[in-house]
Order: sequence, then C-alpha cells, then structure tokens
Amino acid sequence: MKLQRATLLGLYAVLELADQPEQQLSRTEIADKFQLSSNHLSKVMRELGKAGLVEAVRGVGGGYRFSGNAKRTTLMDVISLFESFKPDSPDMREPGKHTEVGKALDMVMEEINETTRATLNSISINTLLMLKNKIAKGDTREE
Amino acid sequence: MIETGVHILIRDATELDLGAIIAIDAQISGIEKTAYWQDAYAEYQRHKVNRVFLVATADDQVLGFIMGEIRAWEFGSEPCGWVFAIGVLENHKLTGIGARLLDDLCRHFKQNGVNKVRTMTAKQDNELLSFFRSQGLMAGPYLQLEKDLSD
Repeated sequence: MKLQRATLLGLYAVLELADQPEQQLSRTEIADKFQLSSNHLSKVMRELGKAGLVEAVRGVGGGYRFSGNAKRTTLMDVISLFESFKPDSPDMREPGKHTEVGKALDMVMEEINETTRATLNSISINTLLMLKNKIAKGDTREE
Repeated sequence: MIETGVHILIRDATELDLGAIIAIDAQISGIEKTAYWQDAYAEYQRHKVNRVFLVATADDQVLGFIMGEIRAWEFGSEPCGWVFAIGVLENHKLTGIGARLLDDLCRHFKQNGVNKVRTMTAKQDNELLSFFRSQGLMAGPYLQLEKDLSD
C-alpha cells in the first residue's frame, strides 16, 4: 500500500503538531523537518484546518497548532481527508474483472484491504506518537 | 464515571463477582453468556497457576474484568500469555481501568516466565483494537484463518 503525497504530508503535519501541542510551528518548520516543499504543505494545511485538526495562529511567532483530540483521531481520519479508502467496488470494465479468476483475485485483494482499514482505524495519533517515542529511545525490537 | 481520588482495587475474581462480570460482558457484546462465564471461572479455579482472572473494583462495585492464560506451543507458538477477555462498564471506559487490568495481567505473565502477550479481536471491533494498540500491542506473526463449513 502506498499513500498519496498529500496524505503523507497531512500525516506528517498532524503528527508533528500533535507531538508538541503547546507549540506553534510554521509551515516552513514542518516542511524542513520532513524535507518537503513548503508550498505543497499549504493546501494540505487548509484541509487539516477545515477538518478541525489544526488551527492557524496569526501574528508574530504565528504558525499552526494541533487542535484535534490526539486520543480520538485515528490515522484513517487523517488519510480519508486526502484519499478514499472505502471498500473497492470492482470496475467491471477493467480487463479480466468479469471472469472467475478476476473475482477471486478481487476477493483476496479485499481481504488485504480490510486488514489495512482495520489497522488504520485502530491507531490513534496518540498511539502513533507513543510508537515514535519508543523508536526515539532506540527500542526498535519487533513486537 | 469515577471521581478523582476514588481508589480502584485490582484483585482476583471470586464466584461472587460472576454476576457483575456477566452483566458487563452482556453490556458490551449484547449476549448474556452465563454458562460460558461459569465454566470460565471453574477452569480458572482448576488452573490458577497459568490462568488469571482479575476484576477492578471501587467501593465494592465491579467496574471491569480481564481473563488470560499462559499457553504453550499451540499454533506452534512458544509459551506466551493470552488475553481471552477484557471488559469495562460502559460509563467507566477511558478512565484507565482497562490499562490497569492489562498491566496487572502482564505482570502476572512476566512473573511466571513469559515475555509476550497476545490477543485476538474482531477487525470490526475498533474500540477494542484501539485499546490494545494504545497499550503497545502490534500485529503479531500469526494470521487467523477460517472457513465457512456450510460451503
């Protein structure tokens, strides 16, 4: 599974801001940390703002801060702002989709997607930051 | 909700707790499984070394429970602790009771020589999945498979 560029930017921005909830960070600061283009971030920040996950702080030292609920907001909540992750309804116009093999392959792919959706729905921003902190402490053992 | 300062006690379950445990489980699952819980308690009494059955109480009211067991070599797995069931009264969720119960269960597992805890949840049970994720559990090396026998 590969997330779209905007989705990744959205996740990075939300996680960075949620990790320092008392601080305001500028778009450039977030972009620099993840080596992203600040321009690309601007549309993403607007989407996150509309969803109530970040808010812009005006004035000197302004920037963005996290305004969501880190325990309640899941990775899927952020991802679904930028791309659809609903069960696929097979496009019967695609070659082979109408065949038994095509349908069997769709069934297997949907099994994988269902697990992916359940995983993304169950990991909150808070849980991911705990994992990040564990990595920061050097504990990268496989669970 | 628990008021700040209310003391939560985690202790071994007794037969007298079964009614409250069955009620909490029924509140969560929508099914009252009296016979199942009576059997589970009897099993716990027979295998107290490996099986753990705890309740969380405040002012003698049961607010939550957890049940687990150390099992070895099933599914080819080295000895590990399994969480079979956990439940907290609806209006006491998100107060840390589940985390306390899981911590105590894991402590028991560690004291008895295992360093891994496992569980299984329905993919659709987002609340329970999120809880276990928030406690640091991640996908393990096994895949659960099934087949509809009416096929």
